[in-house]
Amino acid sequence: MLGRLSFSAIPVDVPILVGTFLGAAIAGLAVLGLITYYGKWGYLWKEWLTSVDHKRLAVMYIVLALVALFRGFADAIMMRTQLALAYAGNPGYLPPHHYDQIFSAHGTIMIFFLAMAFMTGLFNFVVPLQIGARDVAFPFLNNLSFWMTAIAFVLVNVSLFIGEFSQCGWLAYPPLSESQFSPGVGVDYYIWAIQLSGVGTLLTGVNFFVTIVKMRAPGMTWMKMPVFTWTAFCSSILIMVSFPVLTVAVALLGLDRYFGMHFFTNDGGGNQMLYLSLIWSWGHPEVYILVIPAFGVFSEVVPAFSGKPLFGYGTMVYATCSIMVLSFVVWVHHFFTMGAGPDVNAFFGIATMIISIPTGVKLFNWMFTMYKGRVQFHACMYWAVGFMVTFTIGGMTGVMMAIPGADFVLHNSLFLIAHFHNVIIGGVYFGYICGMNFWFPKVMGFKMNEAWGIRAFWFWFVGFYFAFVPLYVLGFDGMTRRMNHYDNPEWHIWLLIAEVGAVLILFGIVCQLTQLYVTIRDRNLPANRDVTGDPWNGRALEWSTSSPPPPYNFAIVPHVHELDAFMHDKENGIDTRCAGGPYAPIHMPKNTAAGFLIGAFSFIFGFAAVWYIWWLAAIGLIGVIGTVIARSANKDIDYYIPADEVARIENEHSRKLMAQAAE
Amino acid sequence: MSDLHTSPSGESHGSVSSYIIGFVLAVILTAVAFGVVVSHSLSPSGTLTAIAVLAFVQVLVHLHYFLHMGNGSEQRWNNMCFFFTVGFVVILLIGTMFIMNNTALHMMSR
Repeated sequence: MLGRLSFSAIPVDVPILVGTFLGAAIAGLAVLGLITYYGKWGYLWKEWLTSVDHKRLAVMYIVLALVALFRGFADAIMMRTQLALAYAGNPGYLPPHHYDQIFSAHGTIMIFFLAMAFMTGLFNFVVPLQIGARDVAFPFLNNLSFWMTAIAFVLVNVSLFIGEFSQCGWLAYPPLSESQFSPGVGVDYYIWAIQLSGVGTLLTGVNFFVTIVKMRAPGMTWMKMPVFTWTAFCSSILIMVSFPVLTVAVALLGLDRYFGMHFFTNDGGGNQMLYLSLIWSWGHPEVYILVIPAFGVFSEVVPAFSGKPLFGYGTMVYATCSIMVLSFVVWVHHFFTMGAGPDVNAFFGIATMIISIPTGVKLFNWMFTMYKGRVQFHACMYWAVGFMVTFTIGGMTGVMMAIPGADFVLHNSLFLIAHFHNVIIGGVYFGYICGMNFWFPKVMGFKMNEAWGIRAFWFWFVGFYFAFVPLYVLGFDGMTRRMNHYDNPEWHIWLLIAEVGAVLILFGIVCQLTQLYVTIRDRNLPANRDVTGDPWNGRALEWSTSSPPPPYNFAIVPHVHELDAFMHDKENGIDTRCAGGPYAPIHMPKNTAAGFLIGAFSFIFGFAAVWYIWWLAAIGLIGVIGTVIARSANKDIDYYIPADEVARIENEHSRKLMAQAAE
Repeated sequence: MSDLHTSPSGESHGSVSSYIIGFVLAVILTAVAFGVVVSHSLSPSGTLTAIAVLAFVQVLVHLHYFLHMGNGSEQRWNNMCFFFTVGFVVILLIGTMFIMNNTALHMMSR
């Protein structure tokens, strides 16, 4: 009846998990209680959970990403603490069985649910506004993408309290992840979380590709498109081309586990090396999917706070596109040691080094944008400059590891861990937080608190170096990744320093939470309100509308004359908004519960498939298919905002603009 | 612009007859491929060649009749996406064969 699920799957004997469960349960009940107390369930359901508005979905994605950050960081500091303790006979406080789940969950969550969700949130918020569109091409799919990502994250967290998570690292290499060596449910949780969130990501890629190709404002030719939109475009292409490979690789692993097939097993003709090749031909593009939009954020932020146009727009676009293509021909550098000969390793090593050229071009472009500019050191610029320094170091250690001979020494050592955290924290995370500080007033209508933002930056920046420079040293000293305990006295001091770094990063996160709290507390102070919708003297179209933008974004679709369309209009006295109308009724998509329902049924399906509860899996699958059919047959999916209503909203904003100008 | 959410723009979505022609061709090609394998009428290498050729024709039939690819100007984006995808699939296939063959040779895994 319940498949493999029984009471013994609940880890009541692990105090850490019981404590976590109690904490999560109390916090969850408190949130639910508060929503009920304030009677906000209807509001939450109608305005947010069922919303197809890209701006609302963006906020939900970023909230999801911050929750994932919390979980992923908790895993990280537990690992660092274990390694600070587990030395010379002391087993530490995490047994290997638990420790292995923690590092697997840390990687999975940080990549799929922090970074991907944050990136999609930024895409959702910024891209339609930057290209002068009223929504994305497929608003319902956008909502569905969010729910597929969210329920996959819930599935990963359910594994904490029911059963276990994968112990095979964040990419679940066979043969360890085959049922012969991992008979439990951990890898199955991993497989279904990846597959369900993969659906959401793939739909996001399609959605933004079509949006950018088809829905740009009149006059916005390709070379007048803002750089962030370019990076979102390249990232969407990479998603569409590479995510199917991940789906197939993990599906083949699933066939091995569920139907006893032999794609990647040791016997029966399987070849686990093929899994490495497949998963990394997704995995390498994936890191560029994440970092290219971060480059896009800096390309918006640095010009805005330097008071200058971006240096070398054309080279920035070509650099982005060449990084996109090159990212497909480098995947072997993740497994140089697999046993391929010098032909293969030399080809992929050289291809890897070539990527550093367009990346270097970008760095110089940002520096020349700042050069002789009137640079304002806003919190955003701290993250941007911190990125330039940190990412350059990470890039250089990457080029070191691109040399196959050097990689044979460094492979799977802590040097590698330090390298990819150097580019992912220093590149992706700094970039997304920079983007959050930059676009927050556009989203909410008030600015983020700057002092706490700068404090958060310094803790993150210094904490990063304390946490990861010791890992470079340890890598040279021969410490491999994923160790549970060790007895080399030379390593201990470095792991203690790394623990200090993790604590500093914890302070950074606390500062970020404080920043959010202070921001919301002081939202009504006049200095914090963003009345004009253009707090930074911005250059692209998103700053031409009000903050927060009305549901339809642009009452009259703007005409683009030049690159940096809004700045061009400001300099030439053109009213981008065409205030005063005449306005026409605006066609809008209606909110729908279908995305939420498909997500909920998919969750039931995934959970049931993990535990072999086949009748429940059938219910989930039928629910998904039935909801899709019902949604397809529904013709009542749109409505019009009447012209009077548009005029009322727009005149209200014009009045505020004039009052502000009069002060 | 405002109707973009409900009205599909431009491209042909085929007619009943084009779908039927496509379907019949697809069935014939599948049946022939199946027949070649079941009847053992060709040598093993001949069989492989035959089903590879039939599969390739099958792909073209699907692209033309079901995905409505053609050389009209409104098809530019469709075709561009398609050839881009083919390019990446070729990189992946050739790359994987290059890597796996080379690895097998060096590791003597077969």
